[in-house]
Formats: sequence, structure tokens, C-alpha cells
Amino acid sequence: MKKVFERIYLAIILIFMYAPIVTLIILSFNSSKSRAKWGGFTLKWYTRLFSDQAVASALVNTLLIAVLATIFSTIIGTITCIAMIGLNSKLRSVIMGITNIPMINADIVTGISLMLLFRFLHLGSGFTTILLAHITFNIPFVMLSVMPRVKSLNFYVYEAALDLGATPLYAFRKTMLPDIMPGVVSGALMAFTMSLDDFIITYFTKGSGFETLSTLIYNEVKRGIQPEIYALSAIIFVVVLSLLMIIYRSPNNKVKEK
Amino acid sequence: MGKNLITLEHISKSYDGQLILDDLNLEIHENSFVTLLGPSGCGKTTTLRIIGGFEKPDQGRVIFDGKDITSLAPNKRQLNTVFQKYALFTHMSIADNIAFGLKIKNKSDSYIKDKIKYALKLVNLEGFENRMPDSLSGGQQQRIAIARAIVNEPKVLLLDEPLGALDLKMRQDMQYELKRLKEELGITFIYVTHDQEEALTMSDHIVVMNQGYIQQEGSPEMIYNEPENAFVADFIGDSNIIRSTMVRDELVEILGTRFACVDKGFGENKPVDVVIRPEDVELVSPEEGTISGVVTGLTFKGVHYEMDVEAGGFEWLVHSTKLSEVGTKVGIKVDPFNIQIMNVPVSEDEEAISETI
Amino acid sequence: MKLFKNRQSAFLMASPYIAWAVIFIVVPLAMVIYYGVTDNSGALTFENIARISESGYLKALYRSILLAFISTLICFLLAYPLGMILSSMKLTRNTYLVTLFILPMWMNFLLRTLTWMTLLEGKGVINTILEFLHLPTINIINTSGAIVLGMVYNFLPFMILPIYNSLSRIDDNIINAARDLGADSLQTFLRITLPLSVPGIISGITMVFIPALTTFAISTMLGGSKILLIGNIIEQQFTQVYDWHLGSGLSIVLMIFILLNMIIESVSDKEGGIF
Repeated sequence: MKKVFERIYLAIILIFMYAPIVTLIILSFNSSKSRAKWGGFTLKWYTRLFSDQAVASALVNTLLIAVLATIFSTIIGTITCIAMIGLNSKLRSVIMGITNIPMINADIVTGISLMLLFRFLHLGSGFTTILLAHITFNIPFVMLSVMPRVKSLNFYVYEAALDLGATPLYAFRKTMLPDIMPGVVSGALMAFTMSLDDFIITYFTKGSGFETLSTLIYNEVKRGIQPEIYALSAIIFVVVLSLLMIIYRSPNNKVKEK
Repeated sequence: MGKNLITLEHISKSYDGQLILDDLNLEIHENSFVTLLGPSGCGKTTTLRIIGGFEKPDQGRVIFDGKDITSLAPNKRQLNTVFQKYALFTHMSIADNIAFGLKIKNKSDSYIKDKIKYALKLVNLEGFENRMPDSLSGGQQQRIAIARAIVNEPKVLLLDEPLGALDLKMRQDMQYELKRLKEELGITFIYVTHDQEEALTMSDHIVVMNQGYIQQEGSPEMIYNEPENAFVADFIGDSNIIRSTMVRDELVEILGTRFACVDKGFGENKPVDVVIRPEDVELVSPEEGTISGVVTGLTFKGVHYEMDVEAGGFEWLVHSTKLSEVGTKVGIKVDPFNIQIMNVPVSEDEEAISETI
Repeated sequence: MKLFKNRQSAFLMASPYIAWAVIFIVVPLAMVIYYGVTDNSGALTFENIARISESGYLKALYRSILLAFISTLICFLLAYPLGMILSSMKLTRNTYLVTLFILPMWMNFLLRTLTWMTLLEGKGVINTILEFLHLPTINIINTSGAIVLGMVYNFLPFMILPIYNSLSRIDDNIINAARDLGADSLQTFLRITLPLSVPGIISGITMVFIPALTTFAISTMLGGSKILLIGNIIEQQFTQVYDWHLGSGLSIVLMIFILLNMIIESVSDKEGGIF
């Protein structure tokens, strides 16, 4: 009996979460522009979406910024985590404290604070400012995921490698890097998704005339929803779903769980 | 021995199609220290969990003090458990941990206070009331887990490998401690372990289990001196187990040489397994020995020397306080009384048992 | 630990990030505070912060706190039983199920909100279905109710994940021990399971309450232009009114509330209970 209630509860929450998404996907194939009437099956919103210049450039911007921000934040974050081993604990806690600020603070405050900085520096606005902002809020996520790995490193293995004649760099590459790597990978994944999903900080640092997918959708919505947006949602959902399935299927994940 | 307190009748249990316990029958007497002993996966912990009420057997009944408690919830049973890895409530102080069961039963504050004091004294941790579990060592946490269980005055205390996570010295201390506690409390202890030394040191009654079956039960002396099959002989202490032939009553042929023994009733020219404990093998001069061989290995073990002796195509394990250097020609002599004869397994189940050795 | 020759080389390695953090985290925050406590002429003033007491702003702040509180509460009430059910399931099946529940987290936040616009509109999907069934239609788009719904829908996964994690970390034997000591299922839940999951509850509350408190997109999309939250007010100061001083002053108020929230939570965490 208890089992039945549990199943029903799970089902209700799942319906609450997925029914809206499924509705969007259905509407993306609706030839009628009205959301209240089914006008027959069509793919025209998809063709319109693909021929839309603004969507294409927003997509390119979004992906480019996410990829670059991920690369930079992963490199800086990982190097900093390793360097933390050699710092005294006072400085370490100051650095960690500052790093926590963007994670704890409201995105809107982070967004306007960066906007104020960029205006002050006359950096203009657009690609560069968004990229700098994304790197800034991504580094904490990378460090959050790499730090536990660095903390649990076994230094005896590193010293053993030195003892056996390895150069420090070679010893590091062979003994420590493999242990840190899972944290680096999951940190990079987290940074990438955060970057893709961000709206608020991008909104304040983008200036006018430059759009990512998030800001484009926001503008469209304010103007009234076009069915192309449904097509876009459907595509994004399918991409996210398949990416997650790939991640969860990969054997690497087994190690990550434990 | 007291009256029968717990009876397990025809208990069977399987997980995911794998049989863990098969038609297990066991009686546990009042005020005894019973140890369930066996390798991991033998079903000993499952047996304990069935008694504790954390698992329901697929078949069979659990009788406690004359009443069927098979499907009674754990919180309704008059017994308490000391869990593996202690399972202390990390968000509560030591006093709150110990008071947990008493508060549930709505005991008065003064009663609870006295009980906490008494229990901490009993486990030698007076003054620890306000500490948190995390600040205690493994051995101390273990004692708190015991204190937490016994303040409820259970008729039976179940202990699931309670010393498994402790170091050797601490483990030996706790063995005596547990024995003392048992005497002071005058209740029944059911103890699960894979450590034969623990079992021999503490128990009144040992139940040796393997692959879901009880292999043998009896007093520690009986289990050690008269193992009923090769599994028990091998699991309890070191042994020389040799496939031999029973020529007739009181005469057995081991490795082609006839030895006098004291066992009867195995028939004539029947295959048997012979168990000889390493400390029961006497090394003498080759002329004096029943069978002769050469010392091939030597290790100093503190109390005694451990030697390997190659004789009759078998490597004998010998414990002796007298040293024989490697390469020495020696004779082997065994007192007839120390030759333990066991039936060779015949049934399929027993075959499975001997295969695991 | 001889990874570094000395402290200097470690510091050298950390210095790029230290510089980055100072330029892009510390300085911008200092600028918000600077703008917040100065006026156009650069003179020190607390007027920007004090203007939160103007009725329009105070109302928006009050509404933000109320709606964020309600949304957080609903998320908690939905997520806790879910976390319990998921953590009690067998391991092999539940990783897959848990993923299913947090998967919408990866879908673009604006698209998730847009979904509810489509569903709730006057002539939207839900009303069309209700009409078809000859049931009375609902009219909650552009109300606080719609905003709460949008918040719950958007932030629910952020409550589920930490609660599930903290519940699944509780050792089965701890629960067994409580049962063994005489506690029934309700007592075990109240005295053991709930207190042990407090860290998860707290991080869930933070992850839902702060974005809900400070959002402006959800209220813009589901609340129309009539229902303003404090996030909307701040956003307007920067994108429409261009009064950076007032916007920064109100941001300081917002940060004070975030700080207050963190303090309350860390205190209740130390005491080991939230109730």
C-alpha cells in the first residue's frame, strides 16, 4: 500500500515537471499559431528557426562564450587549487572566502557589479565583457569540484616518484594529475552548463546589439511568443537529454559516484 | 545452561534469488554467550538481523520466550543491538545517545540521569556525558554503542562484529570487557564474528556457519578439539587435514603409514579425513617417528616455532617450542588421542562445503 | 609536502587568480557599495539605502520576501517526501530516477518559465483544456500565484538534489538502531532522519530562497508589468531609469537580506535543528 502511494507521488511530481515541456514540444509541431487550437502537423517553425539569422548568431555566441569560459575557468581554477596546497592556511581561507562570494551572492548583484566595473573601465560591452563575467562566475564552480580532490591527494606517491628519479613535473603528471582529473572534468562540465544556462549576469553585461540565446529568448518573450521559440525549446531539451544520457552512460561516471 | 530463550525454526532467506540461509534451526539458551562464527557471506549477520527484526525470513519462525515474534517490528522486541561501525547518532551528545531508548519509553528524568551514569561507569567512560560521538576514538564509540543498548535492560544483546573496526590491542581488551559485562548484566549475548580467536575467547557456545548452513555447534573446546568436518577444522585454528583410510577401528592409514587412533565405528577400509592440530605433531628422531621427513621451513612465532615438514608427500604444519633447523631429518609422532577422524563429505551440500576450503 | 620549493612559488602560481578575484569580484562589489552610499556629486549619503522605506519599494521588497518564502516552503514540502522515497529505493534504479528529477535543471531557465506563460495564458493550453471539459477556466497569469508557480517549477530541482543527497548519506544502521531502541517510525523520523538531513534542507533552502528573492525574469514573464519584485526595481534602475546610485543602494539592502538569511541558517545548522 505504501509502495503504491510512493509510486503515485513520484508520478505526480514527474508529470508536474515534464508535462509543460511535452506541451511545448507538441506546440512546436502545431501549424496554427494559436496555442489553443491544433492546426495540424508542421515542421515550418523548425525551418523558420533554422533560417533565422538572429537565432543562428545568438547560438554561435552562446556556444563560443560557454566553450571559452569553460576552458579559461577550468585552467585558472585547477592551477589555483593546486597552488593552494603550498599557501598558508590564512591566505587560503581568504581566497576561498572571496571565491564563495559569486556563488552565495544574488546573480543580479553580481551582474550589476560587473556592469559597473566594465562601464568604469570603458571596456565597451558585448562578447569580451560577457566572456570575462562568465569566467568569473565559473571559476568558483571549478574550484568547488577540484578542491576536494586536491585535499585528498596522497603526497607519498608523489614523493615516491621523486625518490625513484622522476622530475617534479613528470612526477606531478604521473601521480597527481590522474587523481585530480575527475574533479577537473566534472568542474568543467558544471562550468559549461552554468555558462549555457546563465541569463541574469549575461543580461547586465551584454550591452545592446549583442545577444546570446538566453537574452534573445527574453526579448522575444517580451514581444510575444513566436512558435519558433517552441521549436528552439524542443531542440534544446532533446540536446540536453542526449548529452546527459551520454554522460551517465560513460564508464567514467562510475568512478565519480563513489 | 538456562532454559531455551530464542528458537529459530526452519529459517530460510534469499536476496535477489541468492539463498543466504537454508532451513536454519537454532536454539539459544538464557544467559549464555553465543557466537555465530563464519566467513563473510555465510549468513551469520542475516541470522542476527532476523533475530533483531531488521529482516523478515522468507520461511520459518522466530520464537522468543515462547512467543512467535517473526513479524514483530524491531521496536517492539525485548532485545537490543550493537551495530557494526557503532551507528551512533552523530547529531546527539553521548548522554542523548544513551538516553534515546529511555526517552522513547517516557522514563523520568532522574531515572534517565542515573541510568546514563550507571551505563557510562559500566563501560569505563565516566564523565563523557556532554561529548559528541565524533570526538571519541573507535573503541570509545564502541563502548557508547554498548552502553546505549544495555540501559534499556534487554533480555538479549545482539552484537554484529562489534570489534571489527578496532586495532588488535583494543580488540583484545574489549574481549575481556565484553565477557565481564556479560557476567555483570546476567543477560544473553548473541555475537557475530569472523574471528575465530574472538569466538574461542568469549563464548559459552559457538555456532560455526558456512554458506547458509550450520556446520557445527558446541562449546569452544568441543569445536576446537573435535571438529565435525574439514571446514570447521580449517576455519578454527590451523590444522593438517589429510585424506586417509580407516583400516579398522582404532587404526588409520595416513599417507601410506598406519597410525593408532581412538575412533571407532567408521567401518573397515573406508576413506576418511584426518585432522591433526599443528601443536599435536611431535617431532622426534627419524628412528622414533611413525613417519619420517625433512624440515623445509621455519618461522619464529614468539611463543613457539612454526615449521613445515615434508613427510609422506604432504607438507605438515608443526608448532613446537623445540627448534629443528631447516634440512634436519625428523620423525613425526602423534598421540592416538590427538588424531581426529571425520567422515568424508558425501552429500552435495557437504561437497560444496569442502570445495570452499 | 614538497610540491613547492617555497611559499613564494605557490603564491606565484596562485597570483593570476588572486588578481582576477580582486579585479572581478572584490572591486565590482566595492563599486556597488560606493555607488550605493554616494549621490551624483560623489558626496557620501545613505539616502539611496534609506529609500527602501518608500512605500513602492518597501512593498516590492515585502512581496519578494513573501513570494520567495512561499515558494521555498512549497519546494521543501514537495521535495522532502520525494527525497525520502528516492533515497529508500535500491541504488541501481535510483541514480537513473534521480537524474530524471533534476534533468529540467539543465534546460534553459527562460524556456522553463516561458512554458508556464504558454500554459497559463487566458487563451492558453490549460484553459483550452478546461473549456473543452466544460470546466470553469482559471485566470492566474499576471498574479502572484503565477509567479510562485514559476518559482516552484524553476527551483524545485535545486531543493530535491541536496535533500536527496543528505538523506541517502544516512546509514541504514542508524535508522535500524533507533528502531532497535524502541522508536516507532514517526519517532525515528522526527528524532533521527529529520535532524540528520538538516544540512541538506539548509542548502536546499539557500538554493531556492536567494534566486527566488532576487529574480526579475520570472515576475516579468508571469507577473506581467503590474507585479514588481525588488529584482524588477533594481533592474529598472540600471536598464531604464539609469539611476545607478539608487540601484546600488537597493542592491545593498538585498545583500543585507542575503547575509541575514545565511546567518540564520548557519545558526540553525549549528543547533542541529530548524524547528
